[in-house]
Amino acid sequence: MKKVLAIVLALAMVFSFAACGKKEDAKQGGEEAKKFKVGMVTDVGGVNDKSFNQTSWEGLQALAKENADFEVSYLESKTDADYQTNINTFIDEGTDLIICVGYMLADATKDAATKNPNQKFAIIDDSSIDLPNVACLMFAQHEASYLVGLVAGSVTKSKTVGYVQGMVSEPMNQFGVGYIAGVLAACPDAKVLQYNANNFGDIPGGSAAATNMMTNGADVIYHAAGGTGIGVINTCAESKIWAIGVDTDQSTLSPDYVITSAMKRVDTASQDISKETKAGNFKAGVHLYDLKNGGVDLAPTRTHIPADVLTKVEQAKKDIIDGKIKVPSTAAEVPQFELK
Amino acid sequence: MNNKKGFIDFISTNKVVHIVLSIVLGFLVGAIFLVVLKIPVGAAYGKLFAPFTNLKGISYIIVYGIPYIMTGLSVAFSFKTGVFNIGCEGQFVVGSMAACLLGILCPNLPSIVLIPLCFIAAMLAGAIWGIIVGFLKIKWGINEVLSMIMFNWIAFYLSNFIAGIPAIHSDGSAEATKSISENAQTLLSDETIANLGLCPTANWGIIIAIIMTIVIWFIIEKTSLGYELKAVGFNKDAALYGGINVNKSILLALAISGAMAGLGGALQLMGMGRRISIFSSQEGFGFAGIVTALIGCSNPFGVFVAGLFYGSLMYGGSKLNLVGAPTQLVNVIVGTVVFFIAISVIFTNLKYLKGLFKKKEVKNVNGGEK
Repeated sequence: MKKVLAIVLALAMVFSFAACGKKEDAKQGGEEAKKFKVGMVTDVGGVNDKSFNQTSWEGLQALAKENADFEVSYLESKTDADYQTNINTFIDEGTDLIICVGYMLADATKDAATKNPNQKFAIIDDSSIDLPNVACLMFAQHEASYLVGLVAGSVTKSKTVGYVQGMVSEPMNQFGVGYIAGVLAACPDAKVLQYNANNFGDIPGGSAAATNMMTNGADVIYHAAGGTGIGVINTCAESKIWAIGVDTDQSTLSPDYVITSAMKRVDTASQDISKETKAGNFKAGVHLYDLKNGGVDLAPTRTHIPADVLTKVEQAKKDIIDGKIKVPSTAAEVPQFELK
Repeated sequence: MNNKKGFIDFISTNKVVHIVLSIVLGFLVGAIFLVVLKIPVGAAYGKLFAPFTNLKGISYIIVYGIPYIMTGLSVAFSFKTGVFNIGCEGQFVVGSMAACLLGILCPNLPSIVLIPLCFIAAMLAGAIWGIIVGFLKIKWGINEVLSMIMFNWIAFYLSNFIAGIPAIHSDGSAEATKSISENAQTLLSDETIANLGLCPTANWGIIIAIIMTIVIWFIIEKTSLGYELKAVGFNKDAALYGGINVNKSILLALAISGAMAGLGGALQLMGMGRRISIFSSQEGFGFAGIVTALIGCSNPFGVFVAGLFYGSLMYGGSKLNLVGAPTQLVNVIVGTVVFFIAISVIFTNLKYLKGLFKKKEVKNVNGGEK
């Protein structure tokens, strides 16, 4: 009997909680009516991917914190087929702006944007959609890569540096091209070992590539390979050589061996587009985030970079902004770029 | 008292009641987690069950349920025949890839030819994936569970490899295959979707799932083949003694099971995904099949309902983020449900409670006499 009683009590408790929940919900509903709703759809990496999804979500959260007029939420995609469902969930919820994180969502975004011409979308890292209700947030990744290349070329002792790329495509190649240009600017006779992992989630593959580069003399390795790059950074840390992170400040992954990261301010970009859209200034087409408007930069953690190198980098940054240095962005401009 | 005894008998002997109890307990445990996380239980469960209240939501539940019904059927069939098809995941992937290849490479075939071709290719691919494992088992006695888990990974990397081939890979920047031809898609027409207010991915794959549910039931219950397979499942040695070709039965069981999983992959691709991405982790449709088979008591019709239930959890669960609840809540619920189904013997043991009541009754009677 005691057990039965316990179960009944537990049930009663749950339902009383449930009742509370509903009331609160209803109250919130009334206040939310005026708020500007921003919804973010992640790719399969999920919201805690220590990269793009996480950074943009943190940016949106910060935005909602400082400005109570914004209401932000996200939906995680578990499989490739979930993108469309999640976008449509936000449409059904009456979301004002839907931010799709990553080019994997390009097809689903295009499809939904065509079918819902009054719904505003922003997509990060894709410029293929040309619709009046889609803003494409692009980053000048070659400029940030050039700066980390300068760092790599300056700190290498063996005059050999490594580079691991996640996939060969025009946008991805910009990372390698900018990096190699930077390395060569700092150290004209340096050798850049290059590897295409053809995968963004292959941690052991990243480790193997890094080990291989080290045996060939590399003492700094840069990666633009998502999850595969975690393997690169881990291996560099184990072998006590420098690693260079990408997209976010990856020094958190290995504080002693990540010398710097080529950072893309996805957080700023998603905040900007939310603010612009709320103010009625939504602009379709490509929004370019580069060194000039602070959309890309070296990561803020700079303790490992020698002072003279840092001065050199800051100078180069200024020169790029002033247009004195033009960073190459296509494979054709840098013959040393080998990945195909 | 009589009433209560009847009630306990009902709980302790009825398998369906065990399942329902397990599900209720799963939601209770989920609620406890929500309370600990200070998330309003009503709001979270409201989101989870909201799809049931409108046609659009129900169409979502159905399209989300299709792959789980198919993988559930696959695993349930293997359970009935004494092999544990944990390789469902890999069979699902190769089936999906087979259909995808046809859908990309033969875009001009008319739907009426292309769609059945895709189904057949997917079933063949899944069946072959199952047969290889069965062959390893009967030829060299290699444990099917081990080789199946490895074959899941072979399928995973094979699919990634094929998706990376230039002729198959997307022309855009996405790390995925091209989209399959419209002729290979099972989607309902845009007008139908708009008129009925269904979800944008509404497709008629569910009809195939219903047909397959009936076919699997028929094979298991109404054919001598099913009888033989079940006999092997109950007791291999007895079946051999009874003149059943055990090796052939194992191969057939794995082939049919694999074909179901492969077909599930095709249905998911042709209705929902329309392309296959380069995986960074297993998508888990096959493993979820084990869950649906367990919840459905390995009965084809039970699996059908369980698949829809699982689909509703997956779709409803995807919206949990909106109320600040983690989507992983669904995993907690499903995990708990499976846990309680696995130990459902505790519900059977409830019959001992009857003993307690009886003793009390006897005492009372004695007291009355004195």
